[in-house]
Amino acid sequence: MRETPSVSVAIVGSGGAGALTTGNLLLEAAGTAGWHGFLTRSVGPQIRGGEAAALIRLSTRPVECPADCFDLLIAVDWLNVDRFHGEIPLGPASLVIGDAADVPAGITASGARVVAMPIKDMAKALPDGRPNMIALGIAAGLLGLRREVLATLLGKRLADKGRAAIDASTAAIKAGFDAAATLELAVRLPDPEPDAASRWLISGNEATGLGAVRGGIRFAAAYPITPATEILEWLAPNLAKVGGVLMQAEDELASINMIIGASYGGTPSLTATSGPGLSLMMEALGLATAAEIPIVVVDVMRAGPSTGIPTKSEQADLNLAVYGFHGDAPHLVLAPQSVADCLFTTQWAVFLAEALQAPAIVLSDQFIGQARAAISRPADVAFIGRRLAATGLGETYRRYALGGSGVSPMAVPGTRGAQYTADGLTHNEQGLPSGSAADHGGQLDKRRDKLERFSYGDRWASLEGDGDLAVVTWGSLTGAVREALDRARADGVAARLIAPRLLSPVQPERFAAALRGVSRLLVVEQTHGGQFHRYLRAHYELPGDVRAFHRPGPLPIRPGEIHREILEWRS
Amino acid sequence: MTDPAKGPAISGLADLFAIAYRIEIDAVERYRLLADQMEVHNNLELVDTFRDLARAEGLHAEEIRRLAGDIDVAAQSRRIGGWTSEQSPEEADLSAVHYMMTPWHALRMALAGEQRALAFFERIVASTEDARIKALAQEFVAEETEHVALVHRLLRRHPPPPATWADDPDPPVSQE
Amino acid sequence: MSTAETRACRPADYRSDVKPVWCPGCGDHHILLSFTRAFAELGQPPEQIAVFSGIGCSSRIPAYTNCYGFHGVHGRSLALAAGLKVTRPDLTVVVASGDGDGYSIGGNHFLHACRRNLDLTYVVMDNRVYGMTKGQPSPTTEPDFDTALSPGGTGVSPFHPLVIALASGANFVARAFSGDLNGTTGILVDAIRHPGFSFVEILSPCVTFRPDEKEWKGKVHQAPVQATDDPGRAARRLMTDDGFNVGVLYRGSRRPYRPEFGHAGVDVGELEKEFAL
Repeated sequence: MRETPSVSVAIVGSGGAGALTTGNLLLEAAGTAGWHGFLTRSVGPQIRGGEAAALIRLSTRPVECPADCFDLLIAVDWLNVDRFHGEIPLGPASLVIGDAADVPAGITASGARVVAMPIKDMAKALPDGRPNMIALGIAAGLLGLRREVLATLLGKRLADKGRAAIDASTAAIKAGFDAAATLELAVRLPDPEPDAASRWLISGNEATGLGAVRGGIRFAAAYPITPATEILEWLAPNLAKVGGVLMQAEDELASINMIIGASYGGTPSLTATSGPGLSLMMEALGLATAAEIPIVVVDVMRAGPSTGIPTKSEQADLNLAVYGFHGDAPHLVLAPQSVADCLFTTQWAVFLAEALQAPAIVLSDQFIGQARAAISRPADVAFIGRRLAATGLGETYRRYALGGSGVSPMAVPGTRGAQYTADGLTHNEQGLPSGSAADHGGQLDKRRDKLERFSYGDRWASLEGDGDLAVVTWGSLTGAVREALDRARADGVAARLIAPRLLSPVQPERFAAALRGVSRLLVVEQTHGGQFHRYLRAHYELPGDVRAFHRPGPLPIRPGEIHREILEWRS
Repeated sequence: MTDPAKGPAISGLADLFAIAYRIEIDAVERYRLLADQMEVHNNLELVDTFRDLARAEGLHAEEIRRLAGDIDVAAQSRRIGGWTSEQSPEEADLSAVHYMMTPWHALRMALAGEQRALAFFERIVASTEDARIKALAQEFVAEETEHVALVHRLLRRHPPPPATWADDPDPPVSQE
Repeated sequence: MSTAETRACRPADYRSDVKPVWCPGCGDHHILLSFTRAFAELGQPPEQIAVFSGIGCSSRIPAYTNCYGFHGVHGRSLALAAGLKVTRPDLTVVVASGDGDGYSIGGNHFLHACRRNLDLTYVVMDNRVYGMTKGQPSPTTEPDFDTALSPGGTGVSPFHPLVIALASGANFVARAFSGDLNGTTGILVDAIRHPGFSFVEILSPCVTFRPDEKEWKGKVHQAPVQATDDPGRAARRLMTDDGFNVGVLYRGSRRPYRPEFGHAGVDVGELEKEFAL
C-alpha cells in the first residue's frame, strides 16, 4: 500500500439505503480527524428512493476537485448504478465491495478488485441494522479512521433519535469495521497534519450565504430553483437572526424587482437562482444598472440550455451574465473558484455592488454550490458593503451627478430635500427622463467610468506559477487546473495558472501583465461552445498559440485530462 | 351646481372673505396648470390665454384681500375646510380641454366658472339669515356679475372655431 | 401608512416642478391632483412617501410628485414596492399602475400582492386601453372595441379587477372616478390609512384613444351602500356591479403582513458556529 496525497471513495445505494447520509458522515468524520475533504453527490430523477452516489475525496491538503479515479466503491445495492458509470471511474487498483450477484459489467470491465459482501443481508442480521451504517464502518475501517471519532459523531448526529438508535448504528458500524478488517486499500492517506486554523464542514451554497450576510446583505427575495435553493434555505433563518428577512416571491421576476425596491430603500439585497431564473431577471438587471441600484444576484449554474440538467454543473451561463443585458449596461460579474472561495467572492460582490451602485452577478455552479467540504476556516476579510451616502444637501440634490469617480451619492428615502425618482428611462443628472444626446452619453460614460476607474486590487484573479505556457480557466475548474499544473511541474513542465475571479468589467492591463512571457495559452472550461475562449479573444490580447479544451457537463473535468493536454503540448 | 351646504362652513364674515379668496386662488392655480399643459403641447396661444386668465383671477383675489381690510384672508383661507362634495366653483374642468383647443374654448370654460361662482354667492344671499353675511355675499354677487360680463366681452373678440379645429393630420406617437 | 411624524403641507408641496406630459383632458391630471390633496390631508411629509410605478401613461406619475419615486419596468411595480415596504415599514408606499401594466403583464404580481397583504396602497388608473403604445385593447377593454391589433374587437371578456382583488385577499377594495376629485381624494385617504393591501381602481378616461369615455362622467354613480367588512357581502354586490359604482366596497380586517425586520438578535460572527468541526 503506497502513501498517496488523496483517496477517493464512492458509496452507492438506492431506495432509502441512505448512501448520501453515509457520505456526509464519512466526510464529517474525516474532517474531524483532521483531513481535508470534498463530497459531491449524484442522484437519479426521483424525489425519494432513487439511486444515489456519494463521491468523496479526502486528502492531507485542500481538495478542490475530483480525482481521476476512485480507490474504493462500496455498493449497498447495484440498482441503476449504471447511471453513475461515467462519474465513478475505476481501475485495476480500485477496490469494489458489494453483493456478489449482479455486479455491473462496466465495473467488472474496469479491472477493479471485487470483494463480495452482502451488505443488506449483514444489516438484516442486526437489530435495527442499517445498511448505510455498515457501509460507513467498512469505509472508515479501510481509511484508517478511528472508531472513537465515529462514536462521537454518532452521538452528535443521532442524539435526537435516542439511545437505541445510537446503539444500533454503533453495532452496524462495528460490523462494517470487522468485515473490512481483512481487506486493504491499495493506497493510504498519511496521518492528518495538525492545523493551526480551525476546521469547517460547509457547502458552497452555505458559504455563499455566509459571505452575503458578512458583506452586509439583510434582505433577500427569491424563488426556489435547483441547485440554488440551499442558499435560500440557509439565508432564511440566518438572515432573521441578524435582523434581516428572506421573502419567497411568486416568481423570479418578483424576486429581482423586490430586491431592487429594498435596495432603493437603503438595504443591501440579494437573490439566488440558476440559469433559467437569471434569464427571467435580465430586464430588471438592466433597470438596476440604469437606475444605479446595487444588488447581488447569485447564479448557481447548471447544465443548459433551457431546463437542461438541473442537477449537473456547467459553465455556460457566462455569455448570459456578461452579455445578456439589452443596451450598453456595464455591470459586475464575479466567479468563486472553490467552496471556500464562495464565501470570499460573495462577500466581495456585495462590497463592490454597494461601492459602485451596480448589480453584481456571482457565477457559482452546481459542482461547488452543492459540494460539501471539510476545509480550513477561511480568513476573515474586511469587505463590508457601504454605499456613498448623500450628505450636505444644501443645493439641489442631483442623484446622478456627473464627475469624479463616476459614483454619485445615493439618497435614502426619508431624507428630507433629496427626493428623486429612480428610473429605467434614460435620465439627466437630476434623474428626470431625458433623451438628449448629451444626457444619454453622459450617463453611459458615468456608468462605464465608475466601474473602470475602480481599484479592484489583487483579488481580481488567481495568478500562480511561471512559464511560457499559461492555462486560463475560471470558477470551479480552478482546482482541477491547479492540480494538473502541480503534476506538470513534477514532470518538469513549467506552466502558470490564470483564473480571473472578476469577469466583468474586464481588466486588459492586468491580464496583459499576467501574460508577459507567455507564448502558449490553454483555455479550459466546462462548456460546449467555448464561451470563455471567445470571451478572452473578444477582450484580451492573446498570444498566437491558443488551444481550447472544453467539454459541457454533466461529467466533471478531472485534473488528469488537463494534465494530458498540457503534456501533449510540450513541444 | 356648487352648493354652499357642501362647501366650507360659513360662521362669520372672515369665513366668507376666506371662501371668496379661496375660490379665486383655486382658479389661479388651475389656470396655471392648464397653461403648463398647453406649453408642453405647444399650443402657445392657449398658454397666453390661460396665463391671462390666471392673472385676472389673481387680480380678483387681490381685490378681495383689499376689501377684507384687516382680516388676513390668506391665512384664513388656509384654515377653512376644503371643498368636499363639489369643486371650487371657478376651477376649470380639466377633462374639458384639448391640446388643440382655441381661446374660444378656454373662455367658454372661464364663463362657466364665473357663472358657477355667481350662482354660489346668489345661493348664499338667498339662504343666509345673517345680515352682514348677506350684504357681503351681495357684494360678491356684484363682483361675479361683472366678471361674467367681462368674459362675454372677451368672447365677442374670439369667434367660435371652425368644425375642423381638432383636426391633426399626424397620428398619435408611441412613447414606450 | 407611515409611522413617521406628520407635518403640515399643502397639496402644492407634493407636486414637483415637472410638467406632466399627459394629453390635456386625460383623467390622470385629476388623479395627480387627488394624490397631492390626499397626501396633504394625511399630513405625511413628501420625503416619507414613496410612489412606485411600472410602464404606461399612468406610470409617469412618480416624477410629477415631490415624493421619493421609482419608475420601474413594465408590470413589476408591486414587486419593487414590496421590497421597499418590507425593509422600510416606516415609509408610506403607494403604487400607481394602469390597466395594462397592472392587469396584463403585472397580473401575477397583482394576485400575490393582494394575498400577501403588505401595508401599501395600489392605485390602478383604468382607461380600458393601452394608451402609451397607441391604443391596443387591455384586459378591461370591452370585447367589441375595434383596434388595429384586434379588428372588430378581441371577442374576449374583460377582467373584473375588483372581483380579482377581493378573491385574492385585498384588505380594502374601492373604485373611484378621476373626474370626481373630492370623492377620489377621500377614497385615497381612506385607502392609505387602512392597514394592509388597499386596492383602488380609478376610472380615468383616455381622451386620445377612447374619446367615447367622455360619457363616463354621466355613467358613474355613488354606490348606494356603505362599505362592508364581509367579503361574502362584497362579493354578492360585485355580482350586480355595472362597472361604474364609485365608493369603497370592502374594508377588511386581515392583519397586514409585516415580517420581522431590523432587530438583530445575534451577532454576525455567531453564524459560522454551525460549520465548526
